[in-house]
Amino acid sequence: MNKEIYTKPFFKANPITVLILGICSTLAVTVQLKGAMVMGLSVAIVTALSSLLLSLLRKTIPNRIRIIVQLVVVSLFVIVIAQFLKAYAYDVSKQLSVYIGLIITNCIIMGRIEAFALTNKPWPSFVDGLCNGLGYSMILVIVAFFRELLGSGTLLGYQVIPSSWYVVNGGWYENNGLMILPPMALIILGCIIWIQRSKDKELQEK
Amino acid sequence: MLDSLNIFIKSIFIDNMIFAYFLGMCSYLAVSKNVKTSAGLGVAVTLIMAVTVPLTYVLDKYLLEPGSLAWLGPKFATLDLSFLSFIVFIAVIAAIVQIVEMIVEKYSPSLYNSLGIFLPLIAVNCAILGGSLFMQQRGYANAGQAFAYGLGSGLGWLLAIVSLAAIREKLAYSDVPKPLRGIGISFIITGLMAISFMTFMGIKL
Repeated sequence: MNKEIYTKPFFKANPITVLILGICSTLAVTVQLKGAMVMGLSVAIVTALSSLLLSLLRKTIPNRIRIIVQLVVVSLFVIVIAQFLKAYAYDVSKQLSVYIGLIITNCIIMGRIEAFALTNKPWPSFVDGLCNGLGYSMILVIVAFFRELLGSGTLLGYQVIPSSWYVVNGGWYENNGLMILPPMALIILGCIIWIQRSKDKELQEK
Repeated sequence: MLDSLNIFIKSIFIDNMIFAYFLGMCSYLAVSKNVKTSAGLGVAVTLIMAVTVPLTYVLDKYLLEPGSLAWLGPKFATLDLSFLSFIVFIAVIAAIVQIVEMIVEKYSPSLYNSLGIFLPLIAVNCAILGGSLFMQQRGYANAGQAFAYGLGSGLGWLLAIVSLAAIREKLAYSDVPKPLRGIGISFIITGLMAISFMTFMGIKL
């Protein structure tokens, strides 16, 4: 197994910024860092486990019904994750609301299964799924970091920007309310892509 | 009736699938290169949402909700099958997509050919599953309201993809910085469009 399988999903073939997969859930859960971390971890676990299971089953699934089989396997793992979060992290599960269920239709999972797990051995498929999930989490955490810091002045719920800076307390600082609203997630992601592509000229489109 | 109309208008402009919830972004970005194909995909998504949302509403009311199995007898009244909703919803959606594909192929081959690969791919479009899950979360009063919500969300998605496609067609003539070309500028444009859609938020319905 070559080393590329570990490094590629983080930079050269990052599922979000390069392959443009799984954007749907990326943007909505990044208002706070905590939600983004839980979401990223859940996606990484589901991708890794469903890649592993489908790679084990790859010789027995008839080609014509493979999409349905994939959807059933993926939704099985998502149900387990959703029930687990409901039991042990109820407030996060409330905050993520429907986006946990939407992991099922996250294109990263289907994309990795179709492109990798169905033609490779179980262990490489597991690693590929896990690394892609973590590459996705990385972008989620970067976006959430800026949105939470500039939007509410906190990180993981702790006040980071000194409260004496705020206008209410006689200072000069004000939170940027736009950061919490949906549009800024899109613009931050656009800027991340801009920075990555100006560093790596191979990724630029004509 | 008035409630349904309110839900319909709200789901197009205020709770727009793309601009407020980012659902169905993958195909939204991949297919929005020209107006004609994106309009075709938008129509297909609208059709399927108008069917699946009321259908999953009925299933939710009589099969999945806590206590919804009471019609089978008092023994079943305490049963709660809501943990099964993901798998039931995705199965319904996959089945409906397959059926709609066959109907369209039989009665309108020209539409079928113009949609091509996009029809089967709708099964994994987050907007459709998202529509059913939001419907479940918000607890609409009857199947009519669920239908209004499904139709409105689909039309909102159609509106979003067609307007992005129209802007991207014009963008071909402008001088965008090289690293930002293609996907990067599409994100920023969608962000700006979402800001303009936020003006609808003040409207109380």
